[in-house]
Amino acid sequence: MSAVLQLQQVGVQFGAHMALSDVSLQIHAGERVALVGANGCGKSTLLRAAHGLLKVSKGQVKASPDAHQAMVFQRPHMLRTSVLRFVAWGLWLQGAAWRDALVRAEQALAHTGLQDLAARSARTLSGGQQQRLALARAWAVQPNFVLLDEPTSSLDPHAKREVERLLHEWVAQVPVTLLFSSHNLGQVKRLATRVIYLEAGRVLADLPVDDFFNSPLGETHPEAHLFLKGELG
Amino acid sequence: MTTFADTSLTALRLLTELDPLLWSIVARSLWVSVLATSMACVLGVVLGAWLGVARFAGRDALLTVLNTFLALPSVVVGLLVYLLLSRTGPLGFLGWLFSLKAMVLAQALLVLPVVTALTRQCVEDAERNHGEQLQSLGAKPWLRSVLLAWDERYALLTVLIAAFGRAISEVGAVMVVGGNIEGFTRVMTTAIALETSKGDLPLALALGCVLMSVVLMLNVCISLVRRWRQRIDGSGTDPVQGVLV
Repeated sequence: MSAVLQLQQVGVQFGAHMALSDVSLQIHAGERVALVGANGCGKSTLLRAAHGLLKVSKGQVKASPDAHQAMVFQRPHMLRTSVLRFVAWGLWLQGAAWRDALVRAEQALAHTGLQDLAARSARTLSGGQQQRLALARAWAVQPNFVLLDEPTSSLDPHAKREVERLLHEWVAQVPVTLLFSSHNLGQVKRLATRVIYLEAGRVLADLPVDDFFNSPLGETHPEAHLFLKGELG
Repeated sequence: MTTFADTSLTALRLLTELDPLLWSIVARSLWVSVLATSMACVLGVVLGAWLGVARFAGRDALLTVLNTFLALPSVVVGLLVYLLLSRTGPLGFLGWLFSLKAMVLAQALLVLPVVTALTRQCVEDAERNHGEQLQSLGAKPWLRSVLLAWDERYALLTVLIAAFGRAISEVGAVMVVGGNIEGFTRVMTTAIALETSKGDLPLALALGCVLMSVVLMLNVCISLVRRWRQRIDGSGTDPVQGVLV
């Protein structure tokens, strides 16, 4: 399998605080990798560094030239426009002609079940609908590598399930690599094929999902113990 | 008390009888301030939006200077424009001194820092909150500044109204560069100052009433825009809570 993303001894520093320290990892095509750990452990920083949204203080982030990335944020910002145009804007910013962008946006809305809301103001949608819309915008640009920063953490269980269903459908339909952060144990088990556990900006474990949940990590690390017991999710 | 009542009645008569002198001053004031605000807004919104997103060496120093200009006394602006436009000044060849053009220029320079600083704050807050998401879609800084300014357009509308309030209510700059010439460069604020010193209180009071009405209408506009925004898509952040008068 080819690596779509490589991090080599990456360090990210905010003032005196090291958000990431010597993180080295590879993400291969088709993997569904969960980043887990307590708040402030560096999950979001790692995702942002991987997506090129922040400069690393040390090391290198290498994305494969074939990797076409899209990122979904924890609280997607809704532009002051209609649902349809919200998706079309994303396509236009990536170089699509506006008319073509509108057509593709309609397809993306149909895919995510939001077609009936196309004319509505994006800001009037519920939290779950907004996250589905963010997924629609990501889906529309047809990426092969999707980064998701706690995509369901602010959603109710129904909306959470709906977003997860869309992600499952997505990976079932097209070859796409996922790198997502989550506090939700069940979600990690349902979505991920591999788990990376971070603590204080360092990678403590990088294992296939089944091995991770059977690992002795919790015996030596109290926070990991809580996570593995499902008390952090 | 009698003087106040008499003055008020005479002022009311001037207003209701559409006194040509009074209404010509009002029309001139509105024309100068609308033009000055429009010019300042075109430049100020573009500059402010860019400053809200761009990061470069010396930006903090530039913002400190810009914020200092917010408190610039209008007479100082008048003096600077006077020096620029005076016969021996760098722009003296234009022959604008003691004309409406000079007054427009002075008011535009006066409100430019207001529009720029408030737009910058508005766009910078938006950039901090969700600029990253636009960046993730591939939007470069200049495009983000345009998109974020457009996205914050209702908040910016409030900024524009505030800038107009500042322009129409100032007296120092237009007095210095306009000269307060009757029928030519006399506007509401300079006329109020002059008529009060001459003792013609009814005309001063009538002009004061019109000026207050204009300011009141601006605040009503702000309130309506805010309610309209809330009805359409929920509330947003407003950099200005009322007209700066």
